[in-house]
Amino acid sequence: MTTQPNAEAILEFQGLTKTFVTPIGVIGHVANLFGARVKKTEIKAVAGVDLQVRRGEVVGIVGESGCGKSTVARMLAGISSLSAGEISYQGVRLPDMTREQRRAFDLGVQMIFQDPFASLNPRMRVVDIIGEPAVVHGIVKSSEKRDYVIELMEKVGLSGAYADRYPHQFSGGQRQRIGIARALAVKPSILICDEAVAALDVSIQAQVLNLFMDLREEFDLTYLFISHNLGVVEHISDRVVIMYLGKAVEVASTEDLFDNPNHPYTRLLLDQLPLLEARERDYQPIIGELPSPLDPPPGCPFHPRCPHVMDRCRSEMPQLLPVGPDRVSACHLNAPV
Amino acid sequence: MIPTDNARAQDAGSLLSIKGLKTYFATRAGVVKAVDGVDIELAKGEILGLVGESGSGKSITGFSILGLIDPPGRIVSGSMSYNGKDLTALDEEGWRQLRGGDIAMIFQDPSMTLNPVLRIDAQMIEAMQAHANVGPAQAYARAREVLVMVGIPSPDERLRSYPHELSGGMRQRIAIAIALMNKPGLIIADEPTTALDVSIQGQIIHEIKKLCRQVGTALIWVTHDLAVVAGLADRIAVMYAGRIVELGTAEEIIENPRHPYTKGLIESVPSRSTRGSRLHQIPGMTPSLLNLPQGCAFRERCAYAVSACGDEPLNTVEAGGRTYRCWNPLGGPRP
Repeated sequence: MTTQPNAEAILEFQGLTKTFVTPIGVIGHVANLFGARVKKTEIKAVAGVDLQVRRGEVVGIVGESGCGKSTVARMLAGISSLSAGEISYQGVRLPDMTREQRRAFDLGVQMIFQDPFASLNPRMRVVDIIGEPAVVHGIVKSSEKRDYVIELMEKVGLSGAYADRYPHQFSGGQRQRIGIARALAVKPSILICDEAVAALDVSIQAQVLNLFMDLREEFDLTYLFISHNLGVVEHISDRVVIMYLGKAVEVASTEDLFDNPNHPYTRLLLDQLPLLEARERDYQPIIGELPSPLDPPPGCPFHPRCPHVMDRCRSEMPQLLPVGPDRVSACHLNAPV
Repeated sequence: MIPTDNARAQDAGSLLSIKGLKTYFATRAGVVKAVDGVDIELAKGEILGLVGESGSGKSITGFSILGLIDPPGRIVSGSMSYNGKDLTALDEEGWRQLRGGDIAMIFQDPSMTLNPVLRIDAQMIEAMQAHANVGPAQAYARAREVLVMVGIPSPDERLRSYPHELSGGMRQRIAIAIALMNKPGLIIADEPTTALDVSIQGQIIHEIKKLCRQVGTALIWVTHDLAVVAGLADRIAVMYAGRIVELGTAEEIIENPRHPYTKGLIESVPSRSTRGSRLHQIPGMTPSLLNLPQGCAFRERCAYAVSACGDEPLNTVEAGGRTYRCWNPLGGPRP
């Protein structure tokens, strides 16, 4: 990674890794007694990702399903544990944090989920969904909860009159606004949006994206915006991370990345983006599919699908190296031997 | 040789003709007018993009053409004919012959359409034998042939696998291959790439378009994503609240929309030209189909609404077959 002055980085992580292990299980152990050689399976969902997130910026994380982008989000939000690597928040490493600093981190990083139907408790009223975290964490007094919630609801474009309704009484777009208000209730500095607009219709998606931009200015927020939709990421992000099979393959500013992609995978991905142009398009499809993370190919993970594959790619994993000011890419084409 | 759009429209006759289709659902809360007067003319080999947001009736239109409306839904009125055959008069056996034979369907979720306990070869052979009097060997050969057509590597191996052994993109290709088995004249594809990654979506669109042009199959591609059909369809129909509000060639619709809703949809798509600025947003949300406002259903969200919009807008037909329903269309008054 490029080394930036640390003061700017609100959130920093290094070597972030998540390994999912399927244990052998009782039956497997019994079978092994008879010589079956059942082994535990390990999946490296995220295989060492480094990133510095600067205060106030919007970082987009893009990749196909299974590339580990959601797992990164869940580790940063504290939902998943880390298998390896470390996270620093406001310049302090997670294990070195005092109790107060840890609390500030836990509340400071909030997540907004993809499915507005599954991420709200159907048996709770909106006033409790949004207000309860703030009361529990002592941000508002219980008696002031209702006013606090109504103020937040109006900030995200919902009428405060709906505070006593249940989630099922709202449309998908409105529910996503409830989810946003819930995240804002604990006064976070970073919002992690995991496919937060993917389930919404185009016209509603535009409303929610605008809301994100308005809130960014009003609350001085930093965003990690995870999406498979390149159009959305291009619209909203300052910097973009392209992930492939658990690794970041290219990190660059949005302009650089979309004008002049470096990594062959980024280039192919951009070619796939459907454009709003009534033109017969000659798709040059990416050949093959994402390999299984159970059995990642040796060397560069993209080499079986890459049009520029060389011998070196089959054996040696390319490192993320600078390819310009403030941009890195992991491809052997950039570093001829 | 692939004929140009104009030549194709001229030499090919009408394949599908739908007039005044109304599909209503009688619910406890009232009658939901999911499809409320839809007219579609489709030529042989033509690709039509049917675009709309959730609840616009785009999928129900597709299901109605194949008689896949379950109670409490009912086709209340309208005429549908395929190759001159009246679809509304079909009995169960007639529908069975039609589905998967003359008209095939591809659904959004391939893991729901494939039988999880049958191997791919069994499912494909069954689909062929349901419509043609062929032996298993012949059907297997055809299955292998269509798998190659949709770009599946090592087809023999794939034929022996079960659906759970395949990836989502591979399953959707199998579903497309099954749709192609009996050389249908029309394929209705309901959001077939929505559940797939961009890279796989690109492959599938590429393959389907190539196949339709080669074989001369007509295609109705139902989607919420205008950008997907912009580069795929010959003509695009935009649906809102159960009606087609605008229909024209892909170029006309994308570059010169007449209906304010179409314009709003186009402008709310995020892209690089919108970077750093606010997206145009259509205010409000889709009205409930239970109680649509009087007159134009889009009136309350429309920036161009005039007093005439309190009355139901008529379907205006322009020269060249372009239609729209609007009292105050963009780019000049009604002809």
